[in-house]
Amino acid sequence: MGLLRALFGTKLNALITVLMLAGFALVLPPLFGWAFGSAVWHGPNRKACVDAGACWAFINARMPLFFFGNYPAEERWRVGCALLVLVVPLLGAMASRRAGLWLAILGIGVPVIDAILLYGGVFGLPVVATARWGGLMLNTTLCFVALGGSIPLGIVLAFGRRSPYPVVRLVSTAMIEFWRGVPLLTVLFMGLILLPMVLPDGVTVDNLVRALVVLTLFTGAYMAETIRGGLQGIQPGQAEAAAALGMHPMQVQLLVLLPQALRMSIPGIVNIAVDLFKDTTLVSIVGLFDLMGVVNQSLKDTDWLGLATEGYTFAATVFFVACLLMSLGGSFLERRFGTTPHR
Amino acid sequence: MTYRRKALIWQAMAALAVIALLVAMGHNALVNMAQRNITFGFAFLGSRAGFDIPFRLVPWDLTDTYGRALMVAGINTLFAASLCVVLASALGLALALMRLSSNLLAAGTARTLVEIIRNTPQLLQIVFFYFAVLQVLPGLRQSISIYGAAFLNVRGLFVPAPTTGPWDLILLAIAVVVLVLALAWHRLGILTPRLLVLPPLALLGIIGAGFTAGWDFPALKGFNFVGGVRLPPELLALTLGISIYTSAFISEVVRAAILGIHKGQTEAARSLGLTGGQTMTLVILPQALRIMIPPLTSQYLNVIKSTTLGAAIAYPEILQIFARTVLNQSGRAVEVMTLVLGVFLVFNLSTSWAMNRWNRKLALQGR
Repeated sequence: MGLLRALFGTKLNALITVLMLAGFALVLPPLFGWAFGSAVWHGPNRKACVDAGACWAFINARMPLFFFGNYPAEERWRVGCALLVLVVPLLGAMASRRAGLWLAILGIGVPVIDAILLYGGVFGLPVVATARWGGLMLNTTLCFVALGGSIPLGIVLAFGRRSPYPVVRLVSTAMIEFWRGVPLLTVLFMGLILLPMVLPDGVTVDNLVRALVVLTLFTGAYMAETIRGGLQGIQPGQAEAAAALGMHPMQVQLLVLLPQALRMSIPGIVNIAVDLFKDTTLVSIVGLFDLMGVVNQSLKDTDWLGLATEGYTFAATVFFVACLLMSLGGSFLERRFGTTPHR
Repeated sequence: MTYRRKALIWQAMAALAVIALLVAMGHNALVNMAQRNITFGFAFLGSRAGFDIPFRLVPWDLTDTYGRALMVAGINTLFAASLCVVLASALGLALALMRLSSNLLAAGTARTLVEIIRNTPQLLQIVFFYFAVLQVLPGLRQSISIYGAAFLNVRGLFVPAPTTGPWDLILLAIAVVVLVLALAWHRLGILTPRLLVLPPLALLGIIGAGFTAGWDFPALKGFNFVGGVRLPPELLALTLGISIYTSAFISEVVRAAILGIHKGQTEAARSLGLTGGQTMTLVILPQALRIMIPPLTSQYLNVIKSTTLGAAIAYPEILQIFARTVLNQSGRAVEVMTLVLGVFLVFNLSTSWAMNRWNRKLALQGR
């Protein structure tokens, strides 16, 4: 009865309900018919598909490309291993009792192992040039490296902006406001165009590394503001109590204020992480082949022309699921470590 | 060592490190430029550009200078941004009201839409509208007619435009004088707030009449549309993509602000006999506006920044024109990037300044 009343309680409500149901009846059946009913799932090229249905055969045929880019087929197991090496400590840090140990592994061990696994060159692993990295694997790499680099940077900048030294404060504030005041795409272009100019002659930087540096600095500025918000949210009594116990000012900041500030900023950090993951698609404009870049490239394949709807729908679904997982992980972290009262 | 001396040494070291880094980068830039026989300077802005800007709101000719190209592209950026701000705010408000509706179906639909929009990349949405929606529209002859007044086809949206006549300047001048007088009278307390809506209405009336010479409707003549204004698919895709993406975030801002107004306000308004609509527009929204302003500001700043995504579909905005076309032609990397970054810093800082002023004005007085 409650449901019926919520839908048809007043005349206006009833009207809205009827109109919306009519809209659904108009839109949803054709949509499902296109996506599932008359969709074609397998086929060698475009001719296998029909006009009335989605051509998922295109996605099927190019699936490895969407996930690995041009990473050599016989080396793809390394990407899987790298993901495993990343995910296990991540879950450990989130769920296990010894979160600190897992975090240390995540911060020090995982980047080294994953760099060796993905790039190779030692232990008999053939080198895979970063130009061949692509697809969702590239988005994930960009997101995790930039996130991992931006948290320490953000902590330094946040403390810098609160520093009693005017020079340190000025430099940190300028750094934060610059990166927050310009669009990500312009700074990616800056990395592409300006970085070669300001480096000594003969020094070249890998395209992927440039994007990573820019993404890290950019995210670091946003991270700094979130962490600064957390630092501001701590009651002054905490610092006073710690000082009264005879702690060095550095100890007060690092051992008393920072851990509490980080806990308080968990929701903000998760938001930054989700935004960062979505923003990694921008690298497709500066010549890297992330998932979006690979989709753009695949749409030009003469076997599969005119399938933009299918390509972008697939990419959107992948991003949607990934972002949803990140949000879920974030709310789990918040419940476990956050400062909001348990419900 | 005293605390003061220690502090001075720390700061001097930090300052030295930053200066050393900047000097090293500047030195390298000068060396690199010397090698390519380029001298640093903005004199090139006065030389002839010689490329076409496919969409512009002010006249542009192949013989115009780079400096004028900066203005044309800047206006394009601001035009797209202002369209997006208006559209995103309207959509965001609608989504928020839907989500707060007592109708479960409306609330659920709005929630689903917001989650889908928020969790997919903005660039993906823009490119989707461009390649999957607007590029597969029918050609000129099979244009989709919107009540015979506007036409949608693969070349864009053709809309009617007001034409200017000889009386326009005089009319506009009168409208501005009336507006200024009205504001002054309002300050002096001569004009009641209710009458204050009249001057803007008059202004809208003038625009509605299509200025003095009437509306110019697009019509298919031969191989193209004549009359009206063509909004190219690049602009449409950029505007739709940014507006829809931002509206999801704005709806959350609006929803949080409305929920932040104490329930007693609604109850008091209803017990005074106000209808649901009146309660919302006269009691809740004006108060919610106060809470909304800071987060809304950052959304509007994001919109301005997001217009650079137009570079992905070749909408002629600042990044596309300067970091692509002008850079390719002139090779002036340092100057071009300085200009682009400078323009965005100016846009952003001035917008946040204006919104801060508005915020101070609306904030609760007398605390």
